[in-house]
Amino acid sequence: MGVEGIGASVVRKEDRRFITGKGRYVDDIKLQGMTYAQFVRSPHAHAKVKSIDTAAAMKMPGVVGVLTGKEIVDDKVGNLICGWAITSKDGSPMKMGAWPAMAPETVRFVGQAVAVVIAETKNQARDAAEAVVVNYEELPAAADIRAAIKPGAPQLHPEAPGNVIYDWTIGEEAATDAAFKSAANVVSLDITNNRLVPNAMEPRAAIAEYNEAEEHFTLYTTSQNPHVARLVLSAFYNIAPEHKLRVVAPDVGGGFGSKIFIYPEEMVALWASKKVRRPVKWTGDRSEAFLTDAHGRDHLTKAEMAFDKDNKVTALRVKTYANLGAYMSLFSSSVPTYLYATLLSGQYNIPNIFAEVISVYTNTVPVDAYRGAGRPEASFVVERLMETAARQLKVDPGELRRKNFITQFPHQTPVIMAYDVGDFGASLDAAMKAIDYAGFPARKAKAKSEGKLRGIGLSCYIEACGIAPSKAVGSLGAGVGLWESAEVRVNPVGTIEILTGSHSHGQGHETTFAQLVADRLGIPISQVQIVHGDTDKVQFGMGTYGSRSAAVGMSAIFKAMEKVEAKAKKIAAHQLEASEGDIVIENGEFKVTGTDKSIALPMVALAAYTAHNLPDGMEPGLKEGAFYDPTNFTFPAGAYICELEVDSGTGKTSFVNFVAADDFGRLINPMIVEGQVHGGLAQGIGQALLEGAVYDSSGQLVTASFMDYTMPRADDLPSFKLNHTTTLCPGNPLGVKGCGEAGAIGASAAVINAITDAIGNNKLEMPATPDRVWHAIHG
Amino acid sequence: MYETIYHRPSSVDEAAALFAKGSEAKYLSGGHTLIPVMKQRLASPSDVIDLGKIKELIGIDVSVDAVTIKAATTHYDVAMNGPAQKAIPALAHLASLIGDPAVRHRGTIGGSIANNDPAADYPSAVLALGATVKTNKRSISADDFFKGLFTTALADGEIITQVSFPIPAKAGYSKFPHPASRFALTGVFVVKTKSGDVRVAATGASQSGVMRVPAIEAALKANWSAGALDSVKISADGLMSDLHGSSDYRANLIKVMAQRAVTAAG
Repeated sequence: MGVEGIGASVVRKEDRRFITGKGRYVDDIKLQGMTYAQFVRSPHAHAKVKSIDTAAAMKMPGVVGVLTGKEIVDDKVGNLICGWAITSKDGSPMKMGAWPAMAPETVRFVGQAVAVVIAETKNQARDAAEAVVVNYEELPAAADIRAAIKPGAPQLHPEAPGNVIYDWTIGEEAATDAAFKSAANVVSLDITNNRLVPNAMEPRAAIAEYNEAEEHFTLYTTSQNPHVARLVLSAFYNIAPEHKLRVVAPDVGGGFGSKIFIYPEEMVALWASKKVRRPVKWTGDRSEAFLTDAHGRDHLTKAEMAFDKDNKVTALRVKTYANLGAYMSLFSSSVPTYLYATLLSGQYNIPNIFAEVISVYTNTVPVDAYRGAGRPEASFVVERLMETAARQLKVDPGELRRKNFITQFPHQTPVIMAYDVGDFGASLDAAMKAIDYAGFPARKAKAKSEGKLRGIGLSCYIEACGIAPSKAVGSLGAGVGLWESAEVRVNPVGTIEILTGSHSHGQGHETTFAQLVADRLGIPISQVQIVHGDTDKVQFGMGTYGSRSAAVGMSAIFKAMEKVEAKAKKIAAHQLEASEGDIVIENGEFKVTGTDKSIALPMVALAAYTAHNLPDGMEPGLKEGAFYDPTNFTFPAGAYICELEVDSGTGKTSFVNFVAADDFGRLINPMIVEGQVHGGLAQGIGQALLEGAVYDSSGQLVTASFMDYTMPRADDLPSFKLNHTTTLCPGNPLGVKGCGEAGAIGASAAVINAITDAIGNNKLEMPATPDRVWHAIHG
Repeated sequence: MYETIYHRPSSVDEAAALFAKGSEAKYLSGGHTLIPVMKQRLASPSDVIDLGKIKELIGIDVSVDAVTIKAATTHYDVAMNGPAQKAIPALAHLASLIGDPAVRHRGTIGGSIANNDPAADYPSAVLALGATVKTNKRSISADDFFKGLFTTALADGEIITQVSFPIPAKAGYSKFPHPASRFALTGVFVVKTKSGDVRVAATGASQSGVMRVPAIEAALKANWSAGALDSVKISADGLMSDLHGSSDYRANLIKVMAQRAVTAAG
């Protein structure tokens, strides 16, 4: 592998730029003649827009233009779409309410834009935005799921009676009901999966430039998937045909899913740049991020698990209401359905599963994928049920899980997924060893003697990521294929550029992708440059989300590398007058096996480009591309165990220990993997203990700043102890699984299981704030 | 932020004169409340007069009887001041718990108590220790200084110059931080004076800002021990209730924090 190849904890190449302040984010870009956009946003959760008076604003200093929702609709800019079609159980399609980029008639959440001011400076734009007079007629609002499904609730969209978007089911209802009827024991739980604000460090931003002579647009934007953005902006929003629209996603400071989607702001920036004939920049501030970034989670669930007399799970029945907010964001429909209910089998052999998911509109910002996207919600349901069952059945929670683990692979669950490989017992063993599970009762007794409440909680998660086989997702309603592409360019001097459709916004692709090349050719990663995030440079790609960039993006590079190596070997064999089959690649050299004859990579590359002496009929150059479409999801799995103490006087939770044993298949860069797990765990623990987006009954976001929304900080978190067990993924050439979301998927159940164990009360909602925990202890 | 005129006077008199000249002037002394509010365009002072660089407002003086902190002294300087730590350890400890390092290096005692945020730490110490607030016009006793949420006895344009804390026999501060803001969700400062009096003040809890807690004072006067508070009942009436702390939870925290403060005080 070499010191910088696969499996080496190489320091991240990109960090020199990031930690010295040399990153280039959208807001760092300044174009000649650039103007600034300030949106006029609704202060109401639900209202008719009676009139908008822009006259005073137009006269303000520096104002270049004031544009309204009516104008963007009149110009036939398309409504925002949801790209995954879900069909209700009655066969009807999902009910998509119209979502114009700025509201011409009705606003449906606080923060929705109704107009935009374009001015010479940011402050002039802000001043003028305050001078835009909007006359609203307030309407009653439905600010959460319960309010939206009540009889007589305010109706958000005429297309969706009762605010129901779809009522979807998966699994066999009759068989599941029958299994419950014959069950020896049934465990049930009501679960709230709390709503979260993604809070990427870099707020969303966009700069749009229109070149009148070329009728060409350039958009610089904070995107996880610039090609998908271009496709959607072009095919659905009528901004420009794809060859007249370049989308650049430069350095992006965190996404967590929230930057997958195409938002109204970048549509408006593009449209406005043509209207005012000047480049238009919009940089969201933190308040706008809270109010307008797609939120995550927000489920209400009733879940039941049936057991036979031997404590084997016989059935699982789940009914979930999912809040999708006021409009259907780009992939929102898939999150509580195919990314959630398909994981309800967990790590367990469950013969019967039936789930019903009802997604509803509310007067809140749209909800879409957020780190884990559906899978944290599923894992939380299954792992809370397992822990509750162990307590109810009076068996050890580890033993109950072991008894029900899937041990034969491949395994077809009753909810679509076919798990390819895994060893769930090995992960649980590793986690139990790391935390000294056997010694816990003694530690708990000691803590009790000191007046402390100590608890332990397990969470054995599985997830499906590395999305996804295009054919499979297409059959489930996806509007796009989920392959990835790559191009390997060997330059005439032997350095290498890798063009990838994956996009790095914190994942470290510039290092890990280079490690793959270094590994195959035996060259240092400094000779490899990763190029991404620009539709003018990279032919096409589906971007980064769903922990897909190693499993799918790197596999595409792998395939392209194979093609490059094959051609290079032919050239080397020709140059060395040897047989192609005798050429091996070692330490950057092409060697004739069993001899001392060799030719270095730069000489092979130079030969390819001078083309003075190539095999007959061979085209010059050394550049190959590949598309890779996976055959299955990958299924990372693992066991998390949390040990903590609760202060009964204040309800405050303090971690004693948190151990993780993850199976991610082959690790490319263990240090980066650990970083990903740390971040995921922080978000999972954040959901369990700290974070919660709360709207009041009128639809105002109460947690609209860091003064009220608790972001996890270093001192809120334990020092994580990470372990790895390994089963290689058979579905891709590298044997890798995704690692980006696991922590966020598995952590929250471990924490809540541990707190409820400590306090002896299983009724506890997330976030388990000290106030809630104290009430759970003292009533 | 709207346009404003920033001033950096070098004396208290100059600051007061600038204030009188401005149409809607504001003093700046740390700025952790004023600046965010200005950035959100919820405040638009004509003039911002920065008291932070006025030399006569910076410094700590410790005598046999009192710790006197000049108004523009930062929380960091109070937390790290050796003589102050020795004279009233609970006060230095309180300063070390305010906000985060960036806040502690910029925020000042005068700014904190003039703002009188109902969840700020310092007001509890000022009230419990029976401090005297000196201004450019007069001296105000702690009992007369705090007048409810974000309201004090200060007249328009009046500048706090120093706060003088009598050195007590014993004092302790215990704070339960708000999970998000790290202000005090509830903080309790307990004091036993050299004359044997007991004064207890709670911040972060009451709808009316910092307050004395007579029930706890009575119990501690009878028996200065954490256990003496076991049977004390704190009413939730008049306490704040929000996302992070219901009023009954805050009532509990007043008692628990008082117990821990007494333990810390020794």
